[in-house]
Amino acid sequence: MTHVHAQSKQLGMWLFLISDTLTFSTFLVCYAYARLANPNWPTPFEFSSGVLTAMLMTLILLTSSLTMVFAVQSMRDGERPVATRWLAATILCGIAFIVLHATEWRHLWQIEKVATNSNPWGVPLFGATFFALTGLHMLHVAGGVIYLSVIATAVARGKFSTEDVETSGIYWHFVDLVWMFIFPLVYLMSVKA
Amino acid sequence: MTRKLALIVWLGLLALTAVEVWLAYIHTPPLTMLIILLFVSFGKAALIASYFMHLRYEPRAAFRLIIPVTVTFALLLLGFLPDAMRLAERRK
Repeated sequence: MTHVHAQSKQLGMWLFLISDTLTFSTFLVCYAYARLANPNWPTPFEFSSGVLTAMLMTLILLTSSLTMVFAVQSMRDGERPVATRWLAATILCGIAFIVLHATEWRHLWQIEKVATNSNPWGVPLFGATFFALTGLHMLHVAGGVIYLSVIATAVARGKFSTEDVETSGIYWHFVDLVWMFIFPLVYLMSVKA
Repeated sequence: MTRKLALIVWLGLLALTAVEVWLAYIHTPPLTMLIILLFVSFGKAALIASYFMHLRYEPRAAFRLIIPVTVTFALLLLGFLPDAMRLAERRK
């Protein structure tokens, strides 16, 4: 019965992630549509700052996925304190990602004067699609940080099972997976010439 | 999945990211870069889904449930892109 219960949690998570994949696919195609339809699409990211910051964000997310795998492994080995520490490391990586992302948004907003309805290049759709896509992803990271915090607190108190940590891990890896498309298609394809 | 395998997958993902960044650094022509980036991105996504998300170790039914739905939907969405190119031609 417990096994069936655990499987139903993971099935629920997978079904949610399928719907989320469709949402992100739609946002990415909207971005691609807007970019293709505007021949003067801006390329605002300097390699030495914008792209390197985005690369650092990518490294942080990839590392957070590794720490999440270690958290699940530790739970399987019955080492709850170790699992809690790996979960804390994952949460810290998530927070670091959000801070870097917020810094980059602030730079675009204040220095490059990019808003959701205007920018210096006269292509307002750039800001609208960029902030919508990266904002939706950042929302998922923030949600993941809260989710993992709840799981980590419960694990530290001896509650929740390995399957609960596995289910939260599936969500966290998905957030990482989506960034593997946003980083190249949005940032690397928009490097200043 | 062992910790050693997880570490190998992580290193592979870092290496693929380095390749992507290098392509941007040398200013690869946009179309060539887009094609390579898409291949690398799908490769990275496959690594994450297979190993980190355990899809490789799940029953085949899970794979059959997840992959065809997402691929079909993504392909259907691509149907909008020719219209974007038509708009771009009119704006030139």
